[in-house]
This record gives sequence, C-alpha cells and structure tokens, in this order.
Amino acid sequence: MSHPPAAGKAVTHDRAALRQALAAILPTELILSEEEDLRPYECDGLSVYRQLPLLVLLPETIEQVQGVLRLCQRLGVSVVARGAGTGLSGGALPDANGVLLSLAKFNRILEMDPQRGIARVQPGVRNLAISEAARPHGLYYAPDPSSQIACSIGGNVAENAGGVHCLKYGLTVHNIQQIKLVTIDGELHEIGGLGLDVPGYDLLALLTGSEGMLGVIVEVTVKLLSLPERVQVLLAAFDDVARAGAAVGAIISAGVIPAGLEMMDKPAIQAAEAYAHAGYPVDAEAILLCEVDGTNEEVSEHVRTVRGILLQGGAIEVRTARDEQERLDFWKGRKSAFPAVGRLSPDYYCMDGTIPRRRLPEVLQAISAMSQEYGLQVANVFHAGDGNLHPLILFDANRPGELDRTEEFGGRILELCVQVGGTITGEHGVGMEKINQMCSQFASAELQQFHAIKAAFDPDALLNPGKAVPTLHRCAELGAMHVHHGQLPHPDIERF
Amino acid sequence: MDNTDNTDHSQQLAEQIAEAAASGRALCIQGGNSKAFYGRLPQGEPLSVAAHRGVVSYDPTELVITARAGTPLKELVATLRAENQMLPFEPPGYGENATLGGSIACNFSGPRRAYAGAARDFVLGTRVINGRGEQLRFGGEVMKNVAGYDASRLMCGALGTLGLILEVSLKVLPLPEAQASLVFELDPASALARMQALARQPWPLSASCYLDGRLHLRLSGTAGGVSAARQKLGGELLADDEGFWAAIREHHDGFFAEPAPLWRISLDAAAPPLPLAGESIYEWGGALRWLRGEQDMQALRALAQQYGGHATLFRHGASREHVFQPLSPGLLALHRQLKQAFDPVGILNPGRLYSEF
Repeated sequence: MSHPPAAGKAVTHDRAALRQALAAILPTELILSEEEDLRPYECDGLSVYRQLPLLVLLPETIEQVQGVLRLCQRLGVSVVARGAGTGLSGGALPDANGVLLSLAKFNRILEMDPQRGIARVQPGVRNLAISEAARPHGLYYAPDPSSQIACSIGGNVAENAGGVHCLKYGLTVHNIQQIKLVTIDGELHEIGGLGLDVPGYDLLALLTGSEGMLGVIVEVTVKLLSLPERVQVLLAAFDDVARAGAAVGAIISAGVIPAGLEMMDKPAIQAAEAYAHAGYPVDAEAILLCEVDGTNEEVSEHVRTVRGILLQGGAIEVRTARDEQERLDFWKGRKSAFPAVGRLSPDYYCMDGTIPRRRLPEVLQAISAMSQEYGLQVANVFHAGDGNLHPLILFDANRPGELDRTEEFGGRILELCVQVGGTITGEHGVGMEKINQMCSQFASAELQQFHAIKAAFDPDALLNPGKAVPTLHRCAELGAMHVHHGQLPHPDIERF
Repeated sequence: MDNTDNTDHSQQLAEQIAEAAASGRALCIQGGNSKAFYGRLPQGEPLSVAAHRGVVSYDPTELVITARAGTPLKELVATLRAENQMLPFEPPGYGENATLGGSIACNFSGPRRAYAGAARDFVLGTRVINGRGEQLRFGGEVMKNVAGYDASRLMCGALGTLGLILEVSLKVLPLPEAQASLVFELDPASALARMQALARQPWPLSASCYLDGRLHLRLSGTAGGVSAARQKLGGELLADDEGFWAAIREHHDGFFAEPAPLWRISLDAAAPPLPLAGESIYEWGGALRWLRGEQDMQALRALAQQYGGHATLFRHGASREHVFQPLSPGLLALHRQLKQAFDPVGILNPGRLYSEF
C-alpha cells in the first residue's frame, strides 16, 4: 500500500547468529527460519500488508517466553506477538529485522470454574472454545467478535475485541478478571485479581487494547456469564436508512437495552441474503436486527415494546423469529456479511470507525457521495447499538491504482468519523493500518503521552515497533500534505 | 461563588499545574473535599477543581453524558433522573459535596457494582491535565473506541496521581422500570453460598447485602421480570427499599458510625467467612466485605491475598501510612514508571496512594 511498513532499526541482526542464541532457550524445532516456514506468518487478517520476520518462535511455556524476551532485550531485537492472526489492522505484521512470537502453542483451557464463574485459559485458546466449554455449566463468555470461531483470547485482550453484544455486555475489558503478562525485561506480572478491583492503578484496563506494545499476554482469566433464560430476535425492514437509525434511538429512549442491535444497508442485505439465505427482505433500504434477552417475562415485555416502537417508527415489516432455528438464521446473515460481500468483488476493505449514533444519516450520506467520487461500491454493516460502523469498500487490487484509491477513501471515512465526534477504530485496533489517522484523532501532547506510557513498559521500544502510535515526525510529514483551515497540525515539533 | 456559573476553568488549572511543575511545588487536587478521609494523608498546596463544573453534553438516546469534574454528583444524578436514566455504578458520595471528578479518581462504586460494573467500566473518555500542565483528551463519547492506550480508565482509582481530571464522558443506562428488595434470615456461610448460587443463574439482581444475620437482595428490571423473580425467590419484602440501599451506599448505616477502624476487603466472592474478630457486612455477592475493629494488618492482608484480593484501611485508621495493600516489587516498578510518564516532577497528589510516588 502507499505506506509500507517502516524499515528495520539501524542495526541489522544476523538470522543465523540470532537463531543460535535462541537455541539456548528454545528447542530448535520451535524456531522457524526457512522462508517457506516463515511465509504463513507474513501477514494477519489484513493481508494487504506482508512482511517476513527474521525468525518465527513457537514457545510452549511461560519460562520460554520470559527467556526469549530477556534475550531480545539484551540484543536489541524487536518482538511482534501473534495469536491466531485474525486481526484486521496489521497489528501482528512482522518486523523485517525482528522475531515473530507466536502464542499458538498456548492453547489449553487451564481451569473451568463454574462455581466462581471464571475460566483460566492460555492466550492461544479460541474465543468460541471458551463458550463451548462453559455451555454445559449454563455459562458463556460474552464478547463475540465475528471471527470468534478462529480468533484467540490473547489477541482479543490485546485488541480489546468487541462483537455484536457490546451495548449490553461490554467489550473484552469488561469481561476479564486477570492476566499474566511478560514484560520485555522477562518479568512475569499478575495483573488484576479474583475480586472486583485491585490496589493501585488499573493496569488491566491499560493493557487491554494495548496492541502488544507493552507486554506479552501469557494467561487470561475471563468472566463467564449465565446463559439467559430466553433470547428473542426481531427483524425490521425499512425503506429509508435514516428512519432505521431513528428507530434505534427510540428503542433506547424507551428504556430497553437490547443484547444486540445491528443494522445493514441495501448492498449488505443483498450480499448476505445471496450468501446465507437468511430470509432477509432484499428490497429494503435497511434492516435492523434487535435481540433481547433475560428472563422469560422480561423478554416478552421487551419484545412487545420493541415491536411497537419499530412499527411506529415506520418499519415496513417486523418479524419475530418463530423459533431458535429462525433466530439463528437471522444472525447467520449478519455474521456472514463480510464473506458475503467478499463474494461480490475480488477484494474488500473493512473500515471500523465509531460515531455518535445520531450522526448516522449524515455519515452514510457522505460515504455514499464519496463512493461515487471514487467509483468504488460500499456496503455498510453497523453495530447500531454502540455506534460502530463497518463500511466495506469493494475493490480489485489487480486494477492499477484501485488499492491506493481504496485506502484514500477509507482514510477519509475515518477522518469523517473523528469530525463528527467519533473515533477511527471501534474494535479492530490501529495496528499498522490506521497509524496515519491517529494523527487526526490525537494532538502532539497526547501522542507524546502515549509514547511515555510505552516507554514505562518497554524503554527500548522493542515490542511491536512502528505500530499503534505514530511518531510526531510521521504526523508532521502527513500534516504537510493535509493542512486544514490553514492550520498546521502538530505545530510544536521541528519540520524537516 | 455563584453555583450556576459554568465557566470553563481548564486553561487556568493547566497554568496552575505548569507553574507548580516549574517550581516543583506539590499540589493536592480537591473537588468537594468529601474524600479527604480516603487514602494516605493529603499533602501539598490545595488546588480546587470545584469551580470547573457543569454538564457539557447529554443526549439521552446516545446513553452518554459528558460533564466537568467539579460537577456535584447529586446534580449529575438528578440530571439523569429527569430523563429516566442513571449512573449504573451507583457511586457513593460520602458527603453532600461529592463531585464527579472525585468519584472517578477514587473509582468508587455502589451496591450495583457486582451486577452492572464499576465506575471504570462506564468511563468512555476523559480530559485531563498531566503533571506537565498539558491538557490531554483520551477516549471519547462513543461506546467502542480502541484508538490509543486506554488512559481514561487508568485515571479511575489513581487518586489524581496521574493527572487532574477535567472532564469525564460516561455511559449511562435507563432506570429500571421496577425494583423490589427481599430479605432472608441466614447464617454468614449460607448467605455467601446463596449469593454465589444466584450469581450463576439469570436473575434480575442489582444488589446484595448481608448484615445482622439478614441477606438483602435487590431485584431490578421490567415489572413482569421483577414480580416473577419475587414469586420464585420468596423471602420477606423490604419496606424501605430506597432508604436501605442509600444507607449502605453512603455508609449511613449504624455499622459505619462506630469510630473503630473500618477495613474494606475486596476478594474472591467464593471465599468463606474470614476467621477474623469484628463485625462484618458483605456486599457485591460476597466480593466486598466491610470489617470493623482493630486488626493485625499483616495477617489480614495475607488472608485477603490468599483469596485473590486485597484489604484497604478505609476509615478511622490510627495511622494513614499503610492504607493500601502493598504492591509486588514488579508492579511497584511499573507504577513508578507510569507515574513518571504522566507526572515527571511528582507534583500531583504525591504519596496519596503509596509512599513511593
């Protein structure tokens, strides 16, 4: 893409020498160095960025992770941690001059404690595997990113992953109790506890979503919730996107907090229907999926209330799932929206801005105008309950210039999200992908504060270098290209 | 001072901090000064945030409110109540003058904590001034935001040692349509077991408290949901429901009036009744235990730690030297480095949390 990963540090490390040094810590079969073995690790879920690392390491124990980090700090070698590699922001993109530390072998559920409602798991355990193991006890793990079948809990913590149930049940940060973290000096820290708070700073909150910049997560204790007594979902079709948006506000104003509240626009509906045969009304301009859960009585009352609001709000059709199968079908369409859109076009690029819900109509209008300007089609899926918008830009990377146009279009969508009071990333993280847009969301002093936080944990900046927080120079260079209202952004640093 | 004057004082506060940093003068940040009893002894020149007050934005359909730190908690709660909404963490004020900023800096949460979340769980964004006098904005007014480190939640419970909180954006929730509280006569072990068992099932619980041999459970939700749960759970209906929970939240119950040291033990809810002398109150499904009376501090802290928790000398300590459970050497080092990152000269509430920073 137009901004390739930064080149390695001034010192270039020798692959063979590094391999030999690491062999004192790891059995050699856990160190990959041949190009064909490194290839599968060259990218994460954002495959437009690719880079081979010097080595891939596959430690099996916490002690090995400690040893690796200690050695890397001593030698000044950078370390990029990787879970399942499903991230969508290039957060696990390798560094050409460093090692990629895969946590894939940390794949065991260490303890399932239904009595306490917690599970202690290794970071490589898949998100869905936790809920599956908890289900026989009437429990589940609430955050459910679309990739839950594949993504790992360690990656979820690193990205503060969300899902479709965030409005009611929160993000990863609300659903974990404790982590074990190894810092770059090889120290093992227990962060959090078994109670509902800890003495001192809330490091668990700081580390959740820190994108592998501050330490390597080697164990996670998650909270489990009791499965609701009953779950019901309503599907409402609208002939106008703004009306669907207004209905979302009306549901919340009525005092109902749905477990899930999702919106899709026409292109997304049609793609999902063609792919998943969910029974969606393909002529609608927008559909809303509203899931309510709780006790039997609560659900009955909420279904009645929501149905009334949707009809009053101008829905042309409101369906309540007749049975569990239909409920799952309604969701299947939404959960497969990304691959469904993927079938329409050789490539698609998923954006992840969050906006105040009330600004939705104008944001969709602006996206639609930009879509015409760039000649690129867009399908929108929207976590309407919490304002997290995923515009999917359809493009063909084989057409010269289309990837660059797509990226520019995406960048403008994110800047628009910031302008209306939102953020450039709701749940996918900054990683490598949105590093430039960080310059529009944060001022120099804020970025400097982030760098100071980073230095408090990792003074030599060896963990996941070049990601998540841009250097001020990078922002200044960009700023020279985008001068808004005659004001130079980040004016307080040297120009060159 | 005119109470309705909502002038923005952030510039002035930033200048005061920058000046203090330049001359190395320690500052003691104050809102309504209702939490002066909490933490290690305040030191430094008082810096009042009380005048920096007022709701900055509130759109009930967004479920988000943004207010300045000096806004009185009572005013904020009333503003939300007028729209049929609430602060889900039900913060205690511990005094008439409690402010939003102080509540967040202490991360104080009330009876609903175990069922809805803590103050930190509802913080979406903050504006703060760090120890260099720089105004910084973290997070925002949206529910999902993973751009940059979560420095907003880091402010919760930091007791002002990392920055002066100027403004806070919070997620809010609708007030429940119905509420009722039930009382059961039980011994301590059975009460804990009962709270635990209920937590594993989908009941519309919003608070629990065990005192004087009686377990009090609060149900909140839709009218039908609360009434059905009441039928199934049995027990005796608590007459002054609002009054009871307010007295527990604000420490107005007789238990808290005694001058004996008050310990706050936060631990694994599954821990049995602790073998300690003194009267206790259990809250939060058993995860919070108030203990009154003189204690062997080392033994108490070792016990709390054994159950995955920690003990705080909350009030009436003879000494305010060791208020909080000591940190492991590794975590203490990270705390000092973070303090250094936000407040390099060490002027913001120094020593309020730990003697080392």
